[in-house]
Amino acid sequence: MAGLCILLLELAVVLIVPPMLRWPPNVTDASVGFWAAPSAVHWLGTDDVGRDIFARLLAGGRVSLMVGGASAAISVLLGAPLGVVAGYYRGGWEFAIMRLADVFQCFPSIVVILCLVSLVGPSVVNIILVIGIMGWPVIARLTYSAALTVRQKPYVEAARLGGASQAVVLREEVLPGAVAPVWAALAFRVGRAILSESSLSFLGVGIRTPQASWGNLIQYASQITVLTGRPWVWIPPGICILMTILAVNAVGEGLRRAMDPREEGRHA
Amino acid sequence: MDSPLLKVERLRVDYEQGRLSQRNRLTAVRDVSFTLAVGDTLGIVGESGCGKTTLGRAVLGLEKAKDGTVAYKGRLYTAMSRAEHQTARQEMGLIFQDSTGALNPRKTVLETVAAPLKYRGVSREERSGRAKEALSAAGLFEEDWYQYPYALSGGQRQRVCIARAMVGVPQLLVCDEAVSALDGVLRRQILELLAGLQHRTGAALLFISHDLRAVEEVCRQTAVMYLGRFVEFGATKTLFRKPKHPYTKALLESVLRPDPSVPAPRPLQGEPPSPENPPAGCPFHPRCPVALGKCRHVLPELRCTGEGVLAACHRLEKA
Repeated sequence: MAGLCILLLELAVVLIVPPMLRWPPNVTDASVGFWAAPSAVHWLGTDDVGRDIFARLLAGGRVSLMVGGASAAISVLLGAPLGVVAGYYRGGWEFAIMRLADVFQCFPSIVVILCLVSLVGPSVVNIILVIGIMGWPVIARLTYSAALTVRQKPYVEAARLGGASQAVVLREEVLPGAVAPVWAALAFRVGRAILSESSLSFLGVGIRTPQASWGNLIQYASQITVLTGRPWVWIPPGICILMTILAVNAVGEGLRRAMDPREEGRHA
Repeated sequence: MDSPLLKVERLRVDYEQGRLSQRNRLTAVRDVSFTLAVGDTLGIVGESGCGKTTLGRAVLGLEKAKDGTVAYKGRLYTAMSRAEHQTARQEMGLIFQDSTGALNPRKTVLETVAAPLKYRGVSREERSGRAKEALSAAGLFEEDWYQYPYALSGGQRQRVCIARAMVGVPQLLVCDEAVSALDGVLRRQILELLAGLQHRTGAALLFISHDLRAVEEVCRQTAVMYLGRFVEFGATKTLFRKPKHPYTKALLESVLRPDPSVPAPRPLQGEPPSPENPPAGCPFHPRCPVALGKCRHVLPELRCTGEGVLAACHRLEKA
Protein backbone atom coordinates (compact mmCIF):
# COMPACT_ATOMS: atom_id res chain seq x y z
CA MET A 1 0.00 0.00 0.00
CA ALA A 2 2.78 2.42 0.98
CA GLY A 3 4.52 1.62 -2.31
CA LEU A 4 1.43 2.43 -4.30
CA CYS A 5 0.96 5.71 -2.41
CA ILE A 6 4.54 6.81 -3.10
CA LEU A 7 4.19 5.98 -6.80
CA LEU A 8 0.88 7.80 -7.16
CA LEU A 9 2.25 10.79 -5.28
CA GLU A 10 5.32 10.90 -7.52
CA LEU A 11 3.18 10.67 -10.63
CA ALA A 12 0.89 13.41 -9.41
CA VAL A 13 3.75 15.76 -8.53
CA VAL A 14 5.58 15.11 -11.77
CA LEU A 15 2.48 15.62 -13.89
CA ILE A 16 0.79 18.50 -12.09
CA VAL A 17 3.46 20.67 -10.51
CA PRO A 18 5.83 21.68 -13.41
CA PRO A 19 3.52 24.22 -15.13
CA MET A 20 3.06 25.94 -11.77
CA LEU A 21 6.77 26.45 -11.24
CA ARG A 22 8.41 29.79 -11.76
CA TRP A 23 11.16 28.27 -13.86
CA PRO A 24 10.75 26.09 -16.93
CA PRO A 25 13.29 23.25 -16.93
CA ASN A 26 15.18 24.32 -20.02
CA VAL A 27 15.61 28.05 -19.39
CA THR A 28 18.79 29.68 -18.16
CA ASP A 29 18.41 32.19 -15.34
CA ALA A 30 21.07 34.74 -16.25
CA SER A 31 20.53 36.69 -13.01
CA VAL A 32 22.03 33.94 -10.81
CA GLY A 33 24.36 32.33 -13.35
CA PHE A 34 25.53 28.71 -13.33
CA TRP A 35 26.11 26.45 -10.33
CA ALA A 36 24.13 28.70 -8.00
CA ALA A 37 23.61 27.27 -4.54
CA PRO A 38 20.07 26.51 -3.32
CA SER A 39 18.08 29.62 -2.47
CA ALA A 40 14.48 30.77 -2.13
CA VAL A 41 14.36 31.35 -5.89
CA HIS A 42 16.13 28.17 -7.02
CA TRP A 43 15.28 25.54 -4.40
CA LEU A 44 17.99 23.17 -5.53
CA GLY A 45 20.23 25.71 -7.15
CA THR A 46 21.11 25.85 -10.85
CA ASP A 47 23.16 23.59 -13.07
CA ASP A 48 26.19 24.13 -15.30
CA VAL A 49 24.25 26.42 -17.68
CA GLY A 50 22.10 28.14 -15.08
CA ARG A 51 18.90 26.03 -15.36
CA ASP A 52 16.74 25.44 -12.30
CA ILE A 53 17.56 21.98 -10.94
CA PHE A 54 14.23 21.50 -9.11
CA ALA A 55 12.32 22.12 -12.35
CA ARG A 56 14.65 19.69 -14.10
CA LEU A 57 14.13 17.10 -11.36
CA LEU A 58 10.38 17.11 -11.98
CA ALA A 59 10.72 17.15 -15.76
CA GLY A 60 13.25 14.33 -15.48
CA GLY A 61 10.80 12.40 -13.34
CA ARG A 62 8.28 12.46 -16.16
CA VAL A 63 10.82 10.99 -18.56
CA SER A 64 12.19 8.40 -16.14
CA LEU A 65 8.79 7.17 -15.02
CA MET A 66 7.58 7.02 -18.61
CA VAL A 67 10.65 5.07 -19.70
CA GLY A 68 10.13 2.71 -16.79
CA GLY A 69 6.43 2.14 -17.35
CA ALA A 70 6.43 1.97 -21.13
CA SER A 71 9.42 -0.31 -21.51
CA ALA A 72 8.16 -2.68 -18.80
CA ALA A 73 4.85 -2.83 -20.66
CA ILE A 74 6.67 -3.66 -23.90
CA SER A 75 8.65 -6.44 -22.17
CA VAL A 76 5.46 -7.96 -20.80
CA LEU A 77 3.46 -7.64 -24.02
CA LEU A 78 6.25 -9.40 -25.92
CA GLY A 79 7.40 -11.87 -23.32
CA ALA A 80 4.21 -13.08 -21.66
CA PRO A 81 2.47 -14.48 -24.76
CA LEU A 82 5.69 -15.99 -26.11
CA GLY A 83 6.35 -17.76 -22.81
CA VAL A 84 2.82 -19.11 -22.54
CA VAL A 85 2.87 -20.41 -26.11
CA ALA A 86 6.24 -22.10 -25.54
CA GLY A 87 5.10 -23.71 -22.30
CA TYR A 88 1.66 -24.79 -23.46
CA TYR A 89 2.25 -26.00 -27.01
CA ARG A 90 5.84 -27.18 -26.38
CA GLY A 91 7.56 -28.85 -29.36
CA GLY A 92 8.87 -26.53 -32.02
CA TRP A 93 7.42 -23.43 -30.38
CA GLU A 94 9.20 -24.21 -27.17
CA PHE A 95 12.50 -24.80 -28.91
CA ALA A 96 12.38 -21.69 -31.08
CA ILE A 97 11.18 -19.29 -28.39
CA MET A 98 13.24 -20.47 -25.47
CA ARG A 99 16.48 -20.78 -27.45
CA LEU A 100 15.91 -17.25 -28.73
CA ALA A 101 15.48 -16.17 -25.11
CA ASP A 102 18.78 -17.89 -24.31
CA VAL A 103 20.49 -15.96 -27.08
CA PHE A 104 19.08 -12.69 -25.77
CA GLN A 105 20.08 -13.47 -22.22
CA CYS A 106 23.60 -14.67 -22.87
CA PHE A 107 24.75 -11.12 -23.59
CA PRO A 108 25.02 -8.67 -20.71
CA SER A 109 21.94 -6.61 -21.39
CA ILE A 110 23.39 -3.22 -20.51
CA VAL A 111 26.16 -3.68 -23.11
CA VAL A 112 23.66 -4.66 -25.80
CA ILE A 113 21.40 -1.77 -24.85
CA LEU A 114 24.42 0.56 -25.06
CA CYS A 115 25.31 -0.67 -28.55
CA LEU A 116 21.72 -0.56 -29.81
CA VAL A 117 21.12 2.91 -28.46
CA SER A 118 24.30 4.20 -30.07
CA LEU A 119 23.12 2.63 -33.34
CA VAL A 120 19.56 3.96 -33.39
CA GLY A 121 20.27 7.20 -31.56
CA PRO A 122 19.36 8.17 -27.99
CA SER A 123 15.82 9.49 -28.20
CA VAL A 124 13.25 8.72 -25.50
CA VAL A 125 11.25 6.48 -27.83
CA ASN A 126 14.32 4.54 -28.90
CA ILE A 127 15.41 4.03 -25.33
CA ILE A 128 11.97 2.78 -24.36
CA LEU A 129 11.93 0.36 -27.30
CA VAL A 130 15.42 -0.97 -26.72
CA ILE A 131 15.03 -1.47 -22.97
CA GLY A 132 11.57 -2.95 -23.49
CA ILE A 133 12.65 -5.39 -26.17
CA MET A 134 15.70 -6.51 -24.23
CA GLY A 135 13.50 -7.32 -21.23
CA TRP A 136 11.23 -9.93 -22.86
CA PRO A 137 13.18 -13.11 -22.00
CA VAL A 138 12.84 -12.57 -18.26
CA ILE A 139 9.06 -12.32 -18.56
CA ALA A 140 8.87 -15.16 -21.09
CA ARG A 141 10.74 -17.49 -18.73
CA LEU A 142 8.27 -16.73 -15.98
CA THR A 143 5.15 -17.43 -18.01
CA TYR A 144 6.86 -20.39 -19.68
CA SER A 145 7.54 -22.20 -16.43
CA ALA A 146 4.13 -21.29 -15.06
CA ALA A 147 2.44 -22.63 -18.21
CA LEU A 148 4.50 -25.83 -18.00
CA THR A 149 3.31 -26.40 -14.45
CA VAL A 150 -0.31 -25.56 -15.13
CA ARG A 151 -0.69 -27.58 -18.33
CA GLN A 152 -0.19 -30.88 -16.54
CA LYS A 153 -2.59 -30.17 -13.72
CA PRO A 154 -5.55 -32.54 -13.56
CA TYR A 155 -7.94 -29.63 -13.90
CA VAL A 156 -6.59 -28.97 -17.38
CA GLU A 157 -7.36 -32.56 -18.24
CA ALA A 158 -10.80 -32.18 -16.71
CA ALA A 159 -11.44 -29.19 -18.96
CA ARG A 160 -10.34 -31.12 -22.02
CA LEU A 161 -12.63 -33.93 -20.99
CA GLY A 162 -15.41 -31.43 -20.49
CA GLY A 163 -15.21 -30.82 -24.24
CA ALA A 164 -12.94 -27.79 -24.38
CA SER A 165 -10.75 -27.40 -27.45
CA GLN A 166 -7.05 -26.78 -27.06
CA ALA A 167 -7.46 -23.05 -27.60
CA VAL A 168 -10.28 -22.86 -25.04
CA VAL A 169 -8.23 -24.81 -22.51
CA LEU A 170 -5.41 -22.34 -23.05
CA ARG A 171 -7.66 -19.33 -22.61
CA GLU A 172 -9.82 -20.56 -19.75
CA GLU A 173 -7.58 -22.75 -17.64
CA VAL A 174 -3.93 -22.15 -18.48
CA LEU A 175 -3.70 -18.43 -19.16
CA PRO A 176 -4.94 -17.08 -15.81
CA GLY A 177 -2.51 -19.25 -13.88
CA ALA A 178 0.38 -18.69 -16.26
CA VAL A 179 0.02 -14.92 -16.35
CA ALA A 180 -0.36 -14.47 -12.58
CA PRO A 181 3.38 -14.10 -11.86
CA VAL A 182 3.62 -11.41 -14.54
CA TRP A 183 1.88 -8.73 -12.51
CA ALA A 184 4.58 -8.81 -9.89
CA ALA A 185 7.32 -9.01 -12.52
CA LEU A 186 5.83 -6.03 -14.34
CA ALA A 187 6.51 -3.87 -11.29
CA PHE A 188 10.06 -5.19 -10.96
CA ARG A 189 10.67 -4.49 -14.66
CA VAL A 190 9.62 -0.87 -14.13
CA GLY A 191 12.36 -0.57 -11.53
CA ARG A 192 14.93 -2.27 -13.76
CA ALA A 193 14.06 -0.04 -16.70
CA ILE A 194 14.42 3.14 -14.65
CA LEU A 195 17.82 1.89 -13.51
CA SER A 196 18.83 1.02 -17.08
CA GLU A 197 17.82 4.44 -18.28
CA SER A 198 19.79 6.04 -15.46
CA SER A 199 22.86 3.97 -16.24
CA LEU A 200 22.62 4.87 -19.93
CA SER A 201 22.20 8.54 -19.15
CA PHE A 202 25.03 8.38 -16.65
CA LEU A 203 27.22 6.83 -19.33
CA GLY A 204 26.18 9.62 -21.66
CA VAL A 205 24.19 7.63 -24.23
CA GLY A 206 20.81 7.97 -22.55
CA ILE A 207 18.50 10.91 -22.52
CA ARG A 208 20.46 13.86 -23.93
CA THR A 209 20.35 17.38 -22.54
CA PRO A 210 18.55 19.72 -22.77
CA GLN A 211 15.91 17.06 -22.04
CA ALA A 212 16.19 16.11 -18.37
CA SER A 213 16.02 12.68 -16.78
CA TRP A 214 16.96 11.44 -13.33
CA GLY A 215 19.83 9.60 -14.93
CA ASN A 216 21.40 12.58 -16.61
CA LEU A 217 20.90 14.71 -13.48
CA ILE A 218 22.96 12.20 -11.54
CA GLN A 219 25.55 12.33 -14.29
CA TYR A 220 26.76 15.66 -12.92
CA ALA A 221 28.20 13.67 -10.02
CA SER A 222 30.86 12.38 -12.38
CA GLN A 223 32.51 15.79 -12.01
CA ILE A 224 34.52 15.67 -8.83
CA THR A 225 33.70 19.26 -7.86
CA VAL A 226 29.96 18.50 -8.06
CA LEU A 227 30.34 15.21 -6.23
CA THR A 228 32.17 16.73 -3.30
CA GLY A 229 31.04 20.34 -3.28
CA ARG A 230 27.46 20.40 -4.53
CA PRO A 231 25.54 17.44 -3.09
CA TRP A 232 22.20 19.21 -3.69
CA VAL A 233 22.66 18.53 -7.40
CA TRP A 234 22.87 14.75 -7.35
CA ILE A 235 21.36 13.61 -4.05
CA PRO A 236 17.72 14.52 -4.89
CA PRO A 237 17.55 12.54 -8.17
CA GLY A 238 19.32 9.66 -6.40
CA ILE A 239 16.71 9.66 -3.68
CA CYS A 240 13.94 9.82 -6.30
CA ILE A 241 15.31 6.76 -8.09
CA LEU A 242 15.79 4.88 -4.81
CA MET A 243 12.27 5.69 -3.62
CA THR A 244 10.73 4.73 -6.93
CA ILE A 245 12.50 1.39 -7.04
CA LEU A 246 11.50 0.59 -3.47
CA ALA A 247 7.95 1.63 -4.22
CA VAL A 248 7.57 -0.46 -7.39
CA ASN A 249 9.08 -3.47 -5.65
CA ALA A 250 6.61 -3.09 -2.80
CA VAL A 251 3.78 -2.83 -5.32
CA GLY A 252 5.12 -5.93 -7.10
CA GLU A 253 5.16 -7.92 -3.90
CA GLY A 254 1.64 -6.72 -3.09
CA LEU A 255 0.42 -7.75 -6.54
CA ARG A 256 2.04 -11.16 -6.21
CA ARG A 257 0.22 -11.77 -2.96
CA ALA A 258 -3.06 -10.43 -4.26
CA MET A 259 -2.80 -12.80 -7.25
CA ASP A 260 -2.22 -15.84 -5.09
CA PRO A 261 -5.66 -17.30 -4.42
CA ARG A 262 -4.45 -18.97 -1.24
CA GLU A 263 -3.55 -15.67 0.32
CA GLU A 264 -6.80 -14.03 -0.56
CA GLY A 265 -8.31 -12.19 2.34
CA ARG A 266 -5.12 -12.45 4.33
CA HIS A 267 -3.52 -9.23 3.15
CA ALA A 268 -5.04 -6.15 4.67
CA MET B 1 -29.15 -52.10 -27.93
CA ASP B 2 -26.98 -53.03 -30.88
CA SER B 3 -23.58 -51.85 -29.67
CA PRO B 4 -22.48 -51.53 -26.04
CA LEU B 5 -21.56 -48.11 -24.66
CA LEU B 6 -17.93 -49.06 -24.45
CA LYS B 7 -16.08 -51.87 -26.10
CA VAL B 8 -12.42 -52.44 -25.39
CA GLU B 9 -10.60 -55.08 -27.40
CA ARG B 10 -7.10 -56.39 -26.81
CA LEU B 11 -6.06 -52.94 -25.69
CA ARG B 12 -2.42 -52.21 -25.19
CA VAL B 13 -0.99 -48.89 -23.99
CA ASP B 14 2.74 -48.20 -23.95
CA TYR B 15 4.71 -45.37 -22.49
CA GLU B 16 7.98 -44.56 -24.14
CA GLN B 17 10.61 -42.80 -22.16
CA GLY B 18 14.04 -41.43 -22.85
CA ARG B 19 15.73 -40.20 -25.97
CA LEU B 20 15.95 -41.86 -29.35
CA SER B 21 19.20 -43.67 -28.56
CA GLN B 22 17.92 -45.62 -25.56
CA ARG B 23 14.18 -45.78 -25.52
CA ASN B 24 12.58 -47.55 -22.62
CA ARG B 25 9.23 -49.00 -23.38
CA LEU B 26 6.83 -49.57 -20.56
CA THR B 27 3.66 -51.44 -21.28
CA ALA B 28 1.13 -50.18 -18.79
CA VAL B 29 -1.89 -52.02 -20.16
CA ARG B 30 -1.74 -55.15 -22.28
CA ASP B 31 -4.30 -57.36 -23.88
CA VAL B 32 -7.30 -56.00 -22.01
CA SER B 33 -10.78 -56.67 -23.40
CA PHE B 34 -14.15 -55.91 -21.90
CA THR B 35 -17.46 -54.32 -22.70
CA LEU B 36 -19.48 -51.95 -20.62
CA ALA B 37 -23.20 -51.69 -21.27
CA VAL B 38 -25.23 -48.53 -20.80
CA GLY B 39 -25.76 -48.00 -17.08
CA ASP B 40 -23.52 -50.88 -16.05
CA THR B 41 -20.85 -50.69 -13.34
CA LEU B 42 -17.38 -52.18 -13.52
CA GLY B 43 -14.76 -52.06 -10.82
CA ILE B 44 -11.07 -52.32 -11.62
CA VAL B 45 -8.88 -53.40 -8.71
CA GLY B 46 -5.18 -54.06 -8.37
CA GLU B 47 -2.04 -52.81 -6.69
CA SER B 48 -0.44 -49.46 -7.43
CA GLY B 49 1.22 -49.37 -10.81
CA CYS B 50 -0.79 -52.20 -12.33
CA GLY B 51 -2.19 -49.99 -15.07
CA LYS B 52 -5.59 -49.15 -13.61
CA THR B 53 -5.25 -45.42 -14.15
CA THR B 54 -3.85 -45.83 -17.65
CA LEU B 55 -6.75 -48.08 -18.55
CA GLY B 56 -9.19 -45.44 -17.28
CA ARG B 57 -7.49 -42.75 -19.31
CA ALA B 58 -7.39 -44.89 -22.44
CA VAL B 59 -11.09 -45.61 -22.09
CA LEU B 60 -11.73 -41.87 -22.12
CA GLY B 61 -9.48 -41.40 -25.11
CA LEU B 62 -6.89 -39.46 -23.14
CA GLU B 63 -4.26 -42.09 -23.85
CA LYS B 64 -3.50 -43.54 -27.28
CA ALA B 65 -3.78 -47.27 -27.79
CA LYS B 66 -0.58 -48.88 -29.01
CA ASP B 67 -2.52 -51.89 -30.13
CA GLY B 68 -6.11 -53.02 -29.93
CA THR B 69 -9.13 -50.76 -29.96
CA VAL B 70 -11.48 -48.77 -27.80
CA ALA B 71 -14.92 -48.09 -29.23
CA TYR B 72 -17.40 -45.68 -27.71
CA LYS B 73 -20.97 -46.28 -28.88
CA GLY B 74 -19.62 -48.43 -31.66
CA ARG B 75 -17.20 -45.80 -32.97
CA LEU B 76 -13.47 -46.38 -32.67
CA TYR B 77 -11.52 -43.54 -31.12
CA THR B 78 -8.95 -43.88 -33.84
CA ALA B 79 -11.63 -43.34 -36.48
CA MET B 80 -13.06 -40.24 -34.83
CA SER B 81 -12.30 -36.75 -36.03
CA ARG B 82 -11.18 -34.16 -33.55
CA ALA B 83 -14.66 -32.65 -33.40
CA GLU B 84 -16.34 -36.03 -32.95
CA HIS B 85 -13.91 -36.84 -30.20
CA GLN B 86 -14.68 -33.58 -28.50
CA THR B 87 -18.41 -34.31 -28.69
CA ALA B 88 -17.91 -37.82 -27.34
CA ARG B 89 -15.90 -36.46 -24.43
CA GLN B 90 -18.78 -34.22 -23.48
CA GLU B 91 -20.69 -37.38 -22.54
CA MET B 92 -17.95 -38.51 -20.17
CA GLY B 93 -16.95 -37.58 -16.68
CA LEU B 94 -13.77 -38.23 -14.76
CA ILE B 95 -13.26 -38.00 -11.03
CA PHE B 96 -9.69 -37.89 -9.81
CA GLN B 97 -8.09 -39.05 -6.62
CA ASP B 98 -6.32 -35.75 -6.07
CA SER B 99 -9.16 -33.33 -5.67
CA THR B 100 -6.79 -30.45 -4.98
CA GLY B 101 -5.04 -30.65 -8.34
CA ALA B 102 -8.32 -31.37 -10.06
CA LEU B 103 -9.71 -27.94 -9.28
CA ASN B 104 -8.44 -24.71 -10.76
CA PRO B 105 -7.38 -22.61 -7.75
CA ARG B 106 -8.46 -19.45 -9.56
CA LYS B 107 -12.05 -20.46 -10.11
CA THR B 108 -14.90 -20.50 -7.68
CA VAL B 109 -16.82 -23.70 -7.09
CA LEU B 110 -19.69 -22.50 -9.24
CA GLU B 111 -17.41 -21.45 -12.12
CA THR B 112 -15.64 -24.81 -12.00
CA VAL B 113 -18.85 -26.78 -12.15
CA ALA B 114 -20.38 -24.57 -14.85
CA ALA B 115 -17.24 -24.76 -17.02
CA PRO B 116 -18.07 -27.98 -18.91
CA LEU B 117 -21.42 -26.44 -19.90
CA LYS B 118 -19.68 -23.27 -21.02
CA TYR B 119 -17.40 -25.31 -23.29
CA ARG B 120 -20.40 -26.76 -25.06
CA GLY B 121 -22.07 -23.40 -25.49
CA VAL B 122 -24.86 -23.51 -22.94
CA SER B 123 -26.26 -20.06 -22.14
CA ARG B 124 -25.15 -18.27 -19.01
CA GLU B 125 -28.44 -18.53 -17.11
CA GLU B 126 -28.94 -22.20 -17.91
CA ARG B 127 -25.31 -22.89 -16.99
CA SER B 128 -25.62 -21.38 -13.60
CA GLY B 129 -28.95 -23.10 -12.91
CA ARG B 130 -27.71 -26.52 -13.93
CA ALA B 131 -24.43 -26.07 -12.05
CA LYS B 132 -26.33 -25.18 -8.90
CA GLU B 133 -28.52 -28.23 -9.33
CA ALA B 134 -25.48 -30.46 -9.75
CA LEU B 135 -23.83 -28.90 -6.71
CA SER B 136 -26.92 -29.45 -4.59
CA ALA B 137 -27.15 -33.02 -5.80
CA ALA B 138 -23.54 -33.48 -4.76
CA GLY B 139 -24.31 -32.14 -1.32
CA LEU B 140 -22.87 -28.65 -1.60
CA PHE B 141 -25.05 -25.74 -0.65
CA GLU B 142 -25.15 -22.07 -1.28
CA GLU B 143 -22.54 -21.02 1.27
CA ASP B 144 -19.91 -23.02 -0.65
CA TRP B 145 -20.81 -22.03 -4.21
CA TYR B 146 -18.75 -18.87 -4.31
CA GLN B 147 -15.74 -20.24 -2.45
CA TYR B 148 -12.34 -20.91 -3.95
CA PRO B 149 -11.02 -24.48 -3.63
CA TYR B 150 -8.41 -23.58 -1.00
CA ALA B 151 -11.23 -22.75 1.43
CA LEU B 152 -12.86 -26.17 1.09
CA SER B 153 -12.17 -29.42 2.90
CA GLY B 154 -11.03 -32.54 1.06
CA GLY B 155 -14.50 -34.03 1.11
CA GLN B 156 -16.08 -30.84 -0.19
CA ARG B 157 -13.52 -30.64 -2.99
CA GLN B 158 -14.31 -34.19 -4.00
CA ARG B 159 -17.98 -33.24 -4.06
CA VAL B 160 -17.13 -30.35 -6.38
CA CYS B 161 -15.31 -32.79 -8.68
CA ILE B 162 -18.34 -35.06 -8.64
CA ALA B 163 -20.65 -32.16 -9.42
CA ARG B 164 -18.41 -31.12 -12.32
CA ALA B 165 -18.35 -34.66 -13.68
CA MET B 166 -22.13 -35.02 -13.37
CA VAL B 167 -23.23 -31.59 -14.57
CA GLY B 168 -23.17 -32.61 -18.22
CA VAL B 169 -25.21 -35.76 -17.46
CA PRO B 170 -22.46 -38.13 -18.58
CA GLN B 171 -23.14 -41.54 -20.02
CA LEU B 172 -19.75 -42.78 -18.93
CA LEU B 173 -18.24 -41.92 -15.60
CA VAL B 174 -14.71 -42.92 -14.67
CA CYS B 175 -13.75 -42.68 -11.01
CA ASP B 176 -10.03 -43.00 -10.51
CA GLU B 177 -9.41 -43.72 -6.84
CA ALA B 178 -12.16 -41.25 -6.10
CA VAL B 179 -12.50 -42.18 -2.44
CA SER B 180 -8.98 -43.36 -1.63
CA ALA B 181 -7.76 -40.07 -0.22
CA LEU B 182 -10.72 -39.63 2.10
CA ASP B 183 -11.22 -40.74 5.67
CA GLY B 184 -13.66 -43.46 6.63
CA VAL B 185 -16.77 -41.40 7.23
CA LEU B 186 -16.30 -39.26 4.14
CA ARG B 187 -15.49 -42.31 2.07
CA ARG B 188 -18.83 -43.79 3.05
CA GLN B 189 -20.70 -40.57 2.21
CA ILE B 190 -18.98 -40.06 -1.13
CA LEU B 191 -19.50 -43.69 -2.11
CA GLU B 192 -23.18 -43.46 -1.33
CA LEU B 193 -23.39 -40.21 -3.25
CA LEU B 194 -21.66 -41.76 -6.27
CA ALA B 195 -23.78 -44.88 -6.19
CA GLY B 196 -26.94 -42.77 -5.85
CA LEU B 197 -26.03 -40.45 -8.71
CA GLN B 198 -25.01 -43.35 -10.90
CA HIS B 199 -28.28 -45.10 -10.22
CA ARG B 200 -30.35 -41.99 -10.85
CA THR B 201 -28.69 -40.81 -14.03
CA GLY B 202 -28.06 -44.26 -15.46
CA ALA B 203 -24.46 -43.45 -16.30
CA ALA B 204 -22.13 -46.37 -16.86
CA LEU B 205 -19.45 -46.39 -14.22
CA LEU B 206 -15.85 -47.50 -14.40
CA PHE B 207 -14.71 -47.51 -10.80
CA ILE B 208 -10.97 -47.76 -10.41
CA SER B 209 -9.73 -48.45 -6.91
CA HIS B 210 -7.36 -50.44 -4.78
CA ASP B 211 -10.08 -50.40 -2.17
CA LEU B 212 -11.81 -53.74 -2.53
CA ARG B 213 -14.62 -52.96 -0.16
CA ALA B 214 -15.56 -49.87 -2.13
CA VAL B 215 -15.66 -51.86 -5.33
CA GLU B 216 -17.74 -54.54 -3.70
CA GLU B 217 -20.33 -51.97 -2.70
CA VAL B 218 -20.59 -50.05 -5.94
CA CYS B 219 -19.89 -52.39 -8.85
CA ARG B 220 -21.86 -55.16 -10.50
CA GLN B 221 -18.77 -56.51 -12.21
CA THR B 222 -15.16 -56.53 -11.13
CA ALA B 223 -11.90 -56.97 -12.99
CA VAL B 224 -8.65 -57.73 -11.16
CA MET B 225 -5.57 -56.32 -12.84
CA TYR B 226 -2.00 -57.42 -12.45
CA LEU B 227 0.87 -55.88 -14.41
CA GLY B 228 -1.42 -54.43 -17.03
CA ARG B 229 -3.51 -57.58 -17.61
CA PHE B 230 -6.86 -58.73 -16.38
CA VAL B 231 -6.23 -61.84 -14.31
CA GLU B 232 -9.82 -62.33 -13.20
CA PHE B 233 -13.02 -60.79 -14.42
CA GLY B 234 -16.63 -61.45 -13.53
CA ALA B 235 -19.70 -60.60 -11.48
CA THR B 236 -18.60 -58.92 -8.26
CA LYS B 237 -20.67 -61.17 -6.01
CA THR B 238 -19.28 -64.42 -7.42
CA LEU B 239 -15.77 -63.10 -7.66
CA PHE B 240 -15.65 -61.89 -4.09
CA ARG B 241 -17.30 -65.01 -2.70
CA LYS B 242 -15.29 -67.55 -4.64
CA PRO B 243 -12.11 -65.98 -5.99
CA LYS B 244 -10.39 -68.25 -8.52
CA HIS B 245 -7.06 -66.60 -9.24
CA PRO B 246 -4.38 -66.79 -6.50
CA TYR B 247 -3.78 -63.05 -6.89
CA THR B 248 -7.45 -62.26 -6.28
CA LYS B 249 -7.41 -64.55 -3.27
CA ALA B 250 -4.36 -62.76 -1.91
CA LEU B 251 -5.95 -59.36 -2.48
CA LEU B 252 -9.16 -60.38 -0.76
CA GLU B 253 -7.24 -61.86 2.13
CA SER B 254 -5.37 -58.62 2.59
CA VAL B 255 -8.56 -56.72 3.36
CA LEU B 256 -8.85 -55.96 7.05
CA ARG B 257 -12.23 -56.93 8.45
CA PRO B 258 -13.48 -55.41 11.66
CA ASP B 259 -14.25 -58.85 13.06
CA PRO B 260 -12.02 -60.53 15.67
CA SER B 261 -13.11 -64.00 14.62
CA VAL B 262 -11.57 -63.47 11.20
CA PRO B 263 -7.83 -64.15 11.38
CA ALA B 264 -5.52 -61.24 10.62
CA PRO B 265 -4.71 -61.00 6.92
CA ARG B 266 -1.69 -62.72 5.50
CA PRO B 267 0.02 -60.10 3.36
CA LEU B 268 1.14 -60.91 -0.14
CA GLN B 269 4.91 -61.28 -0.29
CA GLY B 270 7.13 -59.11 -2.46
CA GLU B 271 6.59 -56.21 -4.78
CA PRO B 272 4.96 -56.44 -8.18
CA PRO B 273 7.67 -56.81 -10.86
CA SER B 274 8.55 -53.80 -12.98
CA PRO B 275 6.25 -53.35 -15.96
CA GLU B 276 9.33 -52.36 -17.96
CA ASN B 277 10.66 -55.85 -17.60
CA PRO B 278 7.80 -58.26 -16.91
CA PRO B 279 8.65 -61.86 -16.04
CA ALA B 280 8.19 -64.57 -18.65
CA GLY B 281 5.17 -66.83 -18.45
CA CYS B 282 2.49 -65.87 -15.97
CA PRO B 283 3.36 -62.38 -14.67
CA PHE B 284 2.27 -63.40 -11.18
CA HIS B 285 4.43 -66.54 -10.91
CA PRO B 286 7.32 -65.04 -8.85
CA ARG B 287 4.88 -64.19 -6.05
CA CYS B 288 2.40 -67.01 -6.54
CA PRO B 289 2.14 -69.50 -3.62
CA VAL B 290 0.84 -72.25 -5.93
CA ALA B 291 2.95 -71.70 -9.07
CA LEU B 292 3.64 -74.67 -11.33
CA GLY B 293 6.68 -75.23 -13.53
CA LYS B 294 4.57 -74.32 -16.54
CA CYS B 295 3.76 -70.91 -15.06
CA ARG B 296 7.36 -69.84 -15.58
CA HIS B 297 7.18 -70.23 -19.35
CA VAL B 298 3.61 -70.17 -20.59
CA LEU B 299 1.30 -67.21 -20.26
CA PRO B 300 -2.13 -68.37 -19.06
CA GLU B 301 -5.11 -67.16 -21.08
CA LEU B 302 -8.23 -65.66 -19.58
CA ARG B 303 -10.77 -68.45 -19.74
CA CYS B 304 -14.16 -69.22 -18.41
CA THR B 305 -14.19 -70.98 -15.05
CA GLY B 306 -17.91 -71.41 -14.77
CA GLU B 307 -20.32 -69.12 -12.92
CA GLY B 308 -19.51 -66.45 -15.50
CA VAL B 309 -16.08 -65.65 -14.11
CA LEU B 310 -13.01 -65.46 -16.32
CA ALA B 311 -9.61 -66.16 -14.82
CA ALA B 312 -6.10 -66.52 -16.15
CA CYS B 313 -4.37 -69.30 -14.22
CA HIS B 314 -2.87 -72.65 -15.24
CA ARG B 315 -4.08 -74.19 -11.96
CA LEU B 316 -7.66 -73.79 -13.09
CA GLU B 317 -7.21 -75.50 -16.44
CA LYS B 318 -7.06 -79.09 -15.19
CA ALA B 319 -10.17 -78.85 -13.09
